[in-house]
Amino acid sequence: MDNLASIFHFGFFQNAFWAALMASITCGLVGTYIVSRRIVFISGGITHASFGGIGLGYFLGIDPILGALGFGVLSALGIEFFTRKADVREDSAIAMLWAFGMALGIIFVYLTPGYAPNLMSYLFGNILTVSQGNLLFMGLISLGVIAFFITFFRMILFVSFDEEFALTNNAPVRLFNMVLISLVALTIVMNIRVVGIILVMSLLTIPQAIANIFTRNFGTMMILSVIFAFIGSMAGLLLSYSFNIPSGASIIFALVILFGVLKLISVGVKRIF
Amino acid sequence: MESLLEIRDMSAGYDKEVILRDVNLAVQPNDFIGVIGPNGGGKTTLLKTLLGLLPPIKGEIVFNESMREGAHHHIGYLPQVNRIDKKFPITVFDVVRSGLMSRKRLIGRYSRMENEQANSLLEEMGIAGLKKKAVGELSGGQLQRVLLCRALVNRPKLLILDEPNTYVDNQFERELYERLRKLNDKMAILLVSHDVGTITSYVKTIACVNRTLHYHPSNKISTEQLAAYECPIQIISHGQIPHTVLMQHDH
Repeated sequence: MDNLASIFHFGFFQNAFWAALMASITCGLVGTYIVSRRIVFISGGITHASFGGIGLGYFLGIDPILGALGFGVLSALGIEFFTRKADVREDSAIAMLWAFGMALGIIFVYLTPGYAPNLMSYLFGNILTVSQGNLLFMGLISLGVIAFFITFFRMILFVSFDEEFALTNNAPVRLFNMVLISLVALTIVMNIRVVGIILVMSLLTIPQAIANIFTRNFGTMMILSVIFAFIGSMAGLLLSYSFNIPSGASIIFALVILFGVLKLISVGVKRIF
Repeated sequence: MESLLEIRDMSAGYDKEVILRDVNLAVQPNDFIGVIGPNGGGKTTLLKTLLGLLPPIKGEIVFNESMREGAHHHIGYLPQVNRIDKKFPITVFDVVRSGLMSRKRLIGRYSRMENEQANSLLEEMGIAGLKKKAVGELSGGQLQRVLLCRALVNRPKLLILDEPNTYVDNQFERELYERLRKLNDKMAILLVSHDVGTITSYVKTIACVNRTLHYHPSNKISTEQLAAYECPIQIISHGQIPHTVLMQHDH
């Protein structure tokens, strides 16, 4: 135990702690929106499309996260636009975008001369190598997400629950959909650094599944999701450090175990009473 | 203008396909209009244009001054209950209060008065005990009541109901129609239904929608008339209904 406590003195671990906290807050809030609105598949599309941006970043020699940011937000707005305007089946369009982003990423990485450093950390994430610069970037996005969700909580709930009814009440549905899907993209990209492209969707859905065991209230679900995401991230972080395994995988592992245990307990409790 | 709204020579539809042609209808402040017609005949299109969800291709809908006063909306809307995502994490109280959103600014909380309005409506509807429940925990009839509260909380001048008699038990259906009859003292009601037989005994007038709209200024309508309106499809497809309609017409 002394060993585990002492790691808090390391700079890299302190960075990891703050990264986990911000990941939990953003994923707790945005993930609740994603799950409630049933746009998990759309979010998966955005996640994988942003890999194209990571490839482009390598190719151009700029920060891959900046490339991912551009691809993420553009694909998010693209999905929002095309599923409304163009006559394309939504799921097909998303699947295409999903694969196209990955394909572009692979092409760019292969076209880049030499070795692509840290490529694995974008695919699988590595919270233990988060830098001060990364933290600043994460902090800005987290502040934006928190401010938006607190300020417009009631309107977000209104627009998400029954879009048609909100439209009949002249609510700014389109605007909110655009802003929210952009926040989804920003949250995904900032958390790629933490758990990687392949696992980021689970950080946006498993804490919500755990919270859903205890509540069916939008606001409570957000708060509980943040808490469970944080518990899972910290547990995963310690696992990662102790057994020297990738942090993304260990965080998801911890979250699924947490879900399994709490679900079993809740089913058991309901049986007894 | 005395009527709440007038639909004038309106055509409406999607993209290139015109579904409704040359519709004219005036809704009076104490009207209780039953909208009937076959599926695909344009009932939903008519609703969408009235609710402002679909702009007319041709013609216009003119609202009178009382429908335009204030920044908020004067139409209460009860959608088909199966359009609601029952897994959505939201409480009954939040659903009902959301009916007040057209009065609200973008930010801020619900006022005490607004909360009381929602509370007393839940009380009136006999579902005050469900206030803290999630929508997923409700039965079809209970959810229907909650959605009716949401439609009424803003004190609308026109209440639009889309197939409120599906997914509910007979007792709730009777209760609903009795309630609507009372509400009709305070507001105009437009009720869309496939169930011709039941609604004709509650509504005051009938609008037959099949590609165009035929207005029938009473609730007594015969099969012959329906046929003349080219509105017979529902009658034929539901075996027991023609009898009901004829009986009510006879006495």
